[in-house]
Amino acid sequence: MAKRIEASNVSSYYGSFKAIDNVSMTVEPKSITALIGPSGCGKSTFLRSINRMHEVLPGTRIEGRLTIDDQNIYDPDVDVTAVRRMIGMVFQRPNPFPTMSIYENVIAGLKLNGVKKKSLLDDAAEQSLRSANLWEEVKDRLGRPGAGLSGGQQQRLCIARTIAVEPQVVLMDEPCSALDPISTLAIEDLMFKLKDRFTIIIVTHNMQQAARVSDKTGFFSIDKTGDPGRLIEYDDTQKIFSNPAQKKTEDYITGRFG
Amino acid sequence: MSILDRELPGVVMTPDNIRTRRLPPAVNVGVALAALVVSAAVVLGTGVGNWVLVVVVAVVLYLVGMNVTASRIEGRRAARNRMWQALIYSACVLAVLPLASVVWTLLSEGVGRLDGDFFGTSMNNIGARDPNGGAYHAIVGTLEQVGIATLMAVPLGVLGAIYLVEYGRGRFALTVRFFVDVMTGIPSIVAGLFVLAFWVLIVSPWFNDGQPRFSGFAASLALTVLMLPTIVRSTEEMLRLVPGPLREGAYALGVPQWKTILRIVLPTALPGIVTGIMLSVARAAGETAPVLLVAGGAAAINFDPFAGNQSSLALFVYQQAGDASKYAPARAWTAALTLVTIVLVLTIAAKLLARRNSLSR
Repeated sequence: MAKRIEASNVSSYYGSFKAIDNVSMTVEPKSITALIGPSGCGKSTFLRSINRMHEVLPGTRIEGRLTIDDQNIYDPDVDVTAVRRMIGMVFQRPNPFPTMSIYENVIAGLKLNGVKKKSLLDDAAEQSLRSANLWEEVKDRLGRPGAGLSGGQQQRLCIARTIAVEPQVVLMDEPCSALDPISTLAIEDLMFKLKDRFTIIIVTHNMQQAARVSDKTGFFSIDKTGDPGRLIEYDDTQKIFSNPAQKKTEDYITGRFG
Repeated sequence: MSILDRELPGVVMTPDNIRTRRLPPAVNVGVALAALVVSAAVVLGTGVGNWVLVVVVAVVLYLVGMNVTASRIEGRRAARNRMWQALIYSACVLAVLPLASVVWTLLSEGVGRLDGDFFGTSMNNIGARDPNGGAYHAIVGTLEQVGIATLMAVPLGVLGAIYLVEYGRGRFALTVRFFVDVMTGIPSIVAGLFVLAFWVLIVSPWFNDGQPRFSGFAASLALTVLMLPTIVRSTEEMLRLVPGPLREGAYALGVPQWKTILRIVLPTALPGIVTGIMLSVARAAGETAPVLLVAGGAAAINFDPFAGNQSSLALFVYQQAGDASKYAPARAWTAALTLVTIVLVLTIAAKLLARRNSLSR
């Protein structure tokens, strides 16, 4: 069951530095939303705020409301591990656990959260690897280390690991920036496939990718270094890339910025 | 003409000529032999030194000779490269030489008493004229003291390091880290004195009808004090090397922090942590002063680490090396060999264990 995400007036801070200012957007369930914008504009910070990964770094804090199906995930009585179980995340660089095999990597989330039954774990591993389009490539070497796969395979392994815990939302932080075009294509195909089950939000620097995969696009920008990032425009991808309402958005997507 | 060509001729080769002449390996050997012969002739001929000086002078002559020949044929840059290469190799040999010498001396002197008697008996009732006598009591002492110290220091040290890396924020963590750094430099005799004043003289009388009591456990306490800072520091360094994205990857799966540390961070850093622990174990096993101060040393076998004097291998070596008996030095050498062997075996075993847990590529 995918869920609706609603951000209202979210501001994130690193110490006294305000990284994003007053971001409000609604993400519909079972859709792909792309966040684009120049480096340092706060799109990754916003993404990390959605599953409370922002607060892992010391001295960070958040203002505003972020609700998943009308539950504010920043309420004081919310269990942060439950939030992260509900909202999975794929990172820029593939980060398989180096001490674990491919099989152990996929079921790490289940096993570390207490699932013990071997048959359940085996099923989940196969299901997740199939969903991540990786099963055929690794089914004969599940016991080999996950770090021995190629970069693209590692990233799909990380996606398999993320969807194995069956989250409602999958966040992707530039998941293809370290990958070659073929692996990128494989992951984009995968995103279309996962759209049926999950709400996906992806941060990307690749505008063609945003245009290809997403239903809606949010454009973040900053005025100058040191200013907080703002959500300039958020609309259907079609509209953003053909007829954006804001001059800044048009400048960015046509390459005339700065 | 590029700037490099103009300012440093000979450094870059021109696009037309990227080849250079190379000295044949025979020249290398020839120069070395010539250096050796000249050096031997000069040194032994004038009678100023023995073969050690011959080797030293030959190395210097070889370096100079190679530099001259190479700069004639291969050019200045290649000659400098050859000289530094030779210097680095000789530095390496010089560094390994004492080590090899130690191992060789230990082996050649230590085999003398490698017999059943040495490992089966103690020094109880062994007089100055008795050629037998053994280190059984000392081996028992070392194993018990270092074992107990390791059991106390490893959990404390590793947990302390986890606190410093994963949880420690603010003034308290800074203070802890500062004192760990200070403790790293504590001389072992000070640790021994601390345990003598605190444990042997104040605490142990409570359990012994008001009389202070030496014990192997007191030595373990002193060794723990010595091991702790090493373990905390090395473990801390290893935990910091674990990439942040790995932790975040686990958090993103909804894994709680303590489980992330236990199942992801620690296993990743395990080989390094084990190396640090074994270094501190090796240091503790070689300590003499604290054992002498708080366990007192003993000639007889004492299996109970909590009551009565105990010896240890390091202390045994110290006592036998200073003993007047003509049979004592052989015992000291064999005990030293035993000590090194025990530490070596423990280190290898620990490394194998740590490696078996992680996957092989």
